[in-house]
Amino acid sequence: MAAYIIRRLWQMAPTMLGVVLLVFLLFNWVGGDPAYVLAGKISNQEQIDNIRRQLGVDQPYYVQLWIFVKQILTADFGASWSTNESVSHILMTRLGPSLTVLIPLLILVTIIAVGLALAVAYVRGSLTDRMVMIVCTVGLSISILVYIIVFQYVFAYKLGWFPVQGWGNDFWENLIKYASLPILIGLTVSIAPNLRLYRTFVLDEINQDYVRTARAKGVGENRIMWIHVLRNASIPIITNLMAELPGLLLGSFLIERFFSIPGIGREVILAVERSDFPVIKAITVYVAFATIITNLLADLMYKAVDPRVQLK
Amino acid sequence: MPIDTALNPSAAPPREIPHAVSPGLWTLAWRRLKTDSVAMVSLAIVAAFILLMIVSGLGLVAKDWAKEVGINYAPPSWITLGATDAPPPALPGGAAEPSVPAGPTPGSAFNSTVVDPLADVIAELKGGKPADAGAAGADDNKVVDPLADVMKDIRSDQAGAKAGPAAEERRATLPFGGDKWGRDIIAKTIKGSETSIFVGLASALVAVFIGTVLGAFAGYYGRWVDDVLNWFYSVFSSIPYLLLILAVAAVLQQKGTFTIVLILGLTGWSGVFRLIRAEYLKHKGREYVMAADALGASHSRKMFLHIFPNVSHVVLVQLSILTVGFIKAEVILSFLGFGVPVDVVSWGSMLNEAQNELILGKWWQLVAATIAMATLVTAFSLFTDALRDALDPKLKGRTSH
Repeated sequence: MAAYIIRRLWQMAPTMLGVVLLVFLLFNWVGGDPAYVLAGKISNQEQIDNIRRQLGVDQPYYVQLWIFVKQILTADFGASWSTNESVSHILMTRLGPSLTVLIPLLILVTIIAVGLALAVAYVRGSLTDRMVMIVCTVGLSISILVYIIVFQYVFAYKLGWFPVQGWGNDFWENLIKYASLPILIGLTVSIAPNLRLYRTFVLDEINQDYVRTARAKGVGENRIMWIHVLRNASIPIITNLMAELPGLLLGSFLIERFFSIPGIGREVILAVERSDFPVIKAITVYVAFATIITNLLADLMYKAVDPRVQLK
Repeated sequence: MPIDTALNPSAAPPREIPHAVSPGLWTLAWRRLKTDSVAMVSLAIVAAFILLMIVSGLGLVAKDWAKEVGINYAPPSWITLGATDAPPPALPGGAAEPSVPAGPTPGSAFNSTVVDPLADVIAELKGGKPADAGAAGADDNKVVDPLADVMKDIRSDQAGAKAGPAAEERRATLPFGGDKWGRDIIAKTIKGSETSIFVGLASALVAVFIGTVLGAFAGYYGRWVDDVLNWFYSVFSSIPYLLLILAVAAVLQQKGTFTIVLILGLTGWSGVFRLIRAEYLKHKGREYVMAADALGASHSRKMFLHIFPNVSHVVLVQLSILTVGFIKAEVILSFLGFGVPVDVVSWGSMLNEAQNELILGKWWQLVAATIAMATLVTAFSLFTDALRDALDPKLKGRTSH
């Protein structure tokens, strides 16, 4: 097991290096001279030279790359270009609000989608099954923007059930008061695609021989679905869940933006709007690293769920 | 999912005719598709939208969508209350308070009114203390002139028709209502569909082209080519898609339909690459490729004339999956202001305006853009599912998202 993990970590190195190179090329080469972005329109050559020296942009590319690698390793990306707040501080403070929305959302989506998938797959081919699938397809085709706009307008603005937007300092206040409508919207948007996907995973298992055997032995239907089928269907479900995890952190950026939740996603949008390259660079690199590591975690979880899986 | 009908075509094999040409993949797929009524209806809807895009692109319909034919926020004509007491031009409150100044007075008198009321505020925000913008609530007023498009519109109005349409000429109601400037929502939606569908299709073509070429090289040549391209793939796929798009958008700075096609196309190829690579790996050892090799066919000939037609069904399905995905992505990007430029209308920019309009109770632009998009995307998704089932019946019932 330990040998496997070490080998996998070793194999990750080229990919991580590639991510660093890609981000570096994008921002230091394609992006052009950041001094002009920073200095704005009113600037003279002296100011530009000064900024270039501070950022190290006047150095050759390999020195700049080395500076970037050092920044990643020490988690010190300097200060944000627009707010002068340190980038690491931005990341640390924005993570909490994002997770306050995301963790309950992820747990609820998984429970509801898996439950519905088992139920719908059980009555596969029936009218209920088809109706649910049609509702999912139509629901998926409406932009997430529309859900957010309409839900915010109806539930917060018109009916006043939730605050229109805002964020406090108290965890429970945030979770109960401010995060509930965003979580509700997140549920509406993400149950449909997950349900569609999980339904096919369950359908793959439901016709297997072991289900018939269990039924022949007289095992109850509930036990067959929730124990036998679910455990076997959980491998692709875990893959999907782990693959979604890092993307979710950003995927909720629209929700964070509309509800003024000071999270990572909103920070990305703000950074793009302000051309705040250090913030985008830091978030891109770390989220990519997180993706690579969750892939490894997914593989380790297979082993826990399914003893037949051999980690090689 | 009409399973029984889809199996039907096999009931008519051309066995009794001795030298009949057996139907090819595309003929069989088309036969299967024709028996699927859902697929045919979806295909018709998709075709209608694409036709609309072409017709609108050629300027045959919705050419003068930017003309202010109605009063500001003209309500849809089936609403009776709006017909008599139309909303006054000066609008109450909201973030979208600016509009055409009360009573469009023609000519030079109009000039004096063309002053951006927020200009100094924005200048202050830009120069002064941007640190403030991080605070809650401030991000609706990002440091981008929210009136830029309004001002532009007013100015272009002046430049174009010196004497603007008199208030009497503007209609009190429009078939599906009017927007902030009294432009017809139907024409605007058609124009927006043109942009959104064009961006979706064009960027899907770019992404599929890149993915297919790289996938073909990786799968066909194998060895170090495969290693390098696989590394490239794993790098691209380890950055979450939306983050990559936003990072590229941040770097490229300039806005434009071409830019957004490029952004979406350059970032979205990785899924196609993986599938095409697997197909080429499978096909390169097949007999027909060996036969072509024995005849002395060159590598590129084998790759693109022999193998490609046999994997083109995968390409087609990927193309339609990506088109749907890119239409959705374009809407989000344009909504955020990283997409199409301000003078181009798309579903995303319509939703952006609709966000503020809804608070004023003007729901029609939101509904129009939503209906248009939902119809196309539903039809396109259903058609894609049917297409995949028809081209590869083994996969029936599976979804790949």
